Amino acid sequence: MSIEVQNISKTFGTFKALSSVSLNVPTGQLVALLGPSGSGKTTLLRIIAGLEQADEGSGSIYFHDEDVATQPVRRRQVGFVFQHYALFRHMSVFENVAFGLRVRPRRARPTKRDIRDRVHRLLALVQLDGMAGRYPSQLSGGQRQRVALARALAVEPKVLLLDEPFGALDAKVRKELRAWLRRLHDELHVTSVFVTHDQDEALEVADRIVVMNEGRIEQIGTPDEVFHHPQTEFVMKFLGEVNAFHCRVDSGRVQFDALELPFPQERQQIEGDARVFIRPYDVTIDTKTNGLPSVTAEVIRIHSAGPVVRLELRTATGQALAAELSQERFGTMNLQVGSNVYVRPRHIRVFTSA
Amino acid sequence: MSHGIAWKQRSVLPGFGLSMGLTLLYLALLVLIPLAGLVLFTGTWITLAEFWDKAVADPRVLASYRLSFGASLIAASLNGVFGLIVAWVLVRYRFPGKRFIDAIVDLPFALPTAVSGIALTTLYARTGWVGRWLDPLGIQVAYAWPGIVIALTLIGLPFVVRTVQPALEDLDHEIEEASASLGATRWQTFRRVILPTVFPALLTGFAMAFARAIGEFGSVYFIAGNMPMKTEIAPLLIIIKLEQFDYVGATGIGVVMLVAAFVLLLVINLLQWWSRRYQA
Amino acid sequence: MAAGIALRMRARSEQATAATTESPLTRWLLIGTALGFLAVFLFLPLVLVFVYAFGQGISAYLAAFAEPDARTAIRLTLITAAIAVPVNTAFGVAAAWAIAKFEFKGKNLLITLVDLPFAVSPVIAGLIFVLLFGARGWFGPWLHAHDIRIIFATPGIVLATLFVTFPFVARELIPLMQAQGTEEEQSALTLGATGWQTFWRVTLPNIKWGLIYGVILCNARAMGEFGAVSVVSGHIRGQTNTMPLHIEILYNDYQFAAAFAVASLLAFLAVITLVVKSFVEWKSARTHAAVERESQGGGSS
Repeated sequence: MSIEVQNISKTFGTFKALSSVSLNVPTGQLVALLGPSGSGKTTLLRIIAGLEQADEGSGSIYFHDEDVATQPVRRRQVGFVFQHYALFRHMSVFENVAFGLRVRPRRARPTKRDIRDRVHRLLALVQLDGMAGRYPSQLSGGQRQRVALARALAVEPKVLLLDEPFGALDAKVRKELRAWLRRLHDELHVTSVFVTHDQDEALEVADRIVVMNEGRIEQIGTPDEVFHHPQTEFVMKFLGEVNAFHCRVDSGRVQFDALELPFPQERQQIEGDARVFIRPYDVTIDTKTNGLPSVTAEVIRIHSAGPVVRLELRTATGQALAAELSQERFGTMNLQVGSNVYVRPRHIRVFTSA
Repeated sequence: MSHGIAWKQRSVLPGFGLSMGLTLLYLALLVLIPLAGLVLFTGTWITLAEFWDKAVADPRVLASYRLSFGASLIAASLNGVFGLIVAWVLVRYRFPGKRFIDAIVDLPFALPTAVSGIALTTLYARTGWVGRWLDPLGIQVAYAWPGIVIALTLIGLPFVVRTVQPALEDLDHEIEEASASLGATRWQTFRRVILPTVFPALLTGFAMAFARAIGEFGSVYFIAGNMPMKTEIAPLLIIIKLEQFDYVGATGIGVVMLVAAFVLLLVINLLQWWSRRYQA
Repeated sequence: MAAGIALRMRARSEQATAATTESPLTRWLLIGTALGFLAVFLFLPLVLVFVYAFGQGISAYLAAFAEPDARTAIRLTLITAAIAVPVNTAFGVAAAWAIAKFEFKGKNLLITLVDLPFAVSPVIAGLIFVLLFGARGWFGPWLHAHDIRIIFATPGIVLATLFVTFPFVARELIPLMQAQGTEEEQSALTLGATGWQTFWRVTLPNIKWGLIYGVILCNARAMGEFGAVSVVSGHIRGQTNTMPLHIEILYNDYQFAAAFAVASLLAFLAVITLVVKSFVEWKSARTHAAVERESQGGGSS
């Protein structure tokens, strides 16, 4: 079941949470809505679920060619996993998972036996079969998360929507559950959308990532695309640490600091004032110049305790610049605070200043 | 959206129209229209001169106001002091029978006023369990104003305890430790750190106890003795006027009491708003 | 106004350290003062009711209820409560649903209006109905022409009782339902439940204990109301006397044993109310503690 979102806007009072957002989720994919808080990602998810209504006349939502924008939430057949799980605290794990089946109209309701079988199959799927009789307050965070997921899956949803599914868990459980969710998705192939503010989570789990900012979609692409070929300054900055410089683009050449480099992006055209971005690991550091274009800089601080060595540098023009290099290379260079180095960007991206 | 900002935020939960409609209808029929009727009655049937004569200037009525407001003020103050102590003890200390004490604080909410009225009267009458010890000292409680104060203290007690208690529970232990580490004595910490923090709650509880006391009838009726000019409270005077079919007099006093109640309600709401001002 | 009557949702345990507690002497002085105060003002009157009720022996106690006037008073009180409590419960649940589960403008005003009967003297509550429906009241002539009696009759007593017990259930439920939020309801809706299914299966089980306490408190007040009922009843023996009014008559007739016997029934009801409240608070404190413990220590499975 594919999801098609067309020109959806949402206003809360005077705050524009979403401005004309369009999105297509192909059948069977696992898509992440990634963005900082206030970017509108959760609002979009809740609108897809029908928990929130888009502004009147602002667009439509299709589940596989069927317009669901006017359907109430309980008819949309979505599986929604809430950030804090929203388990029914007065019901056991079994009753929670069975709820969606038991509230069906008599005609569509499975028999008691079927319900029991299905609940136990689902509990086995989420590895909680022994916990059927427990109450939510007797479970750990990770277990509650899995009950919420089983409960959402019990109604055989057309699409599965997860709001910050790992947000409330501690780091270790989070990592385990991430990998587990990916495996589960590969097994079930339910079209799924999840919201997260954690780039690692999105990069690791999702087939496609939708990067959102201030109620708009900045970029849609595979983890590789958004990470290696960011289309906007925001995406560049949001997915990892970055150095930024003012620059001028003049007939295909990018000038900044004491450097002039070829314009990097193939399909984009920029002229005049812009900003150039360099990831700390996309630079080569040398103690001697080798003739290639480079920036001279002074070492301000060295952080060598870690898998890579991080340098805080200051260029001759007074700009701060962060750089990373491998431990081996650092070992061969004999760098100290105050040393002068030559910094050569291997890879840059240029965006017009917003 | 065509009409700008809606008065209600959209929600997926059903039943707003039904529940809100029921609430407003019932509220209007049972409470708002009858209360408005009282005001309307006053406006159309009573002239200002009549109102002044019967509800303000009449010495018997004036005496009843003085008694009602005076005794209520004393009772609310007693509750302010003892209620704070009770709340403090319940929040801070462990002692045998604490659960029982905590439960019995609510007794005045649950015990009918007629029952507490006859019980207090019997207790404080000249031959009563307590009254017999006070009588030789020349202290008369039942059928005199101290009896009224005692009845009003009883019915107002839970308000102070139950508003101060949560405020004391929410008090961050660290601010007291900070105060102690800065060299304050325990009493200074209480005076300068704890009391100012719980003061809005205390004041709210005081105002609630006061508001409840000026309207109270049942428990006072038995213990007061009800002598005109001496121990006759304003609510009783309304009943007496009604029994004499003096609707104008009853309504006049009623309006004065109602206005006092509304002013207090406003004050209480302001106090609660004020007490939340430090909260995020 | 009525914040005091609401259930307290949690009580924190004492965690005093040397720096933040008082000397044992101060402590026991304060405890002594508190206990003494409560003993004189609350405990002694309660005990006195039962001592005087049974003071003349069990047969005198039972004789108080054999009287026909006492029986009619009890019956009228039961009828009044049987109408007022369900009506105000239904209203209270509706009001709490609208106020706690939705965001709208004027919510605080509505809460204040719901609280209004707490702020108004019961005597004034009676007065307004006399002015509306009494012989010389607004609708008096019309009611007289159609031979309908409201004041000095059961309908007036029920109306006055409805008015004074109006806020109890709503007041109990609003903070409880606000604290629980709407996520569980939303969750039920995504799973395909209808509005009623959501209410009966998800909302109601969660507010069950608060509702029970609200109903019991509402009932205690409905059976015990004196001031408002006193104004509208007309004190017609054997017809329009409720239990509290019957107590008044017996007491003024110097029939103390009988007065306290009837009073002991109402006092017993009050004690039960307190027991239920303690039980409900204990229960919710336990679930709360369990939830808190788990959410803090909730590691991996």
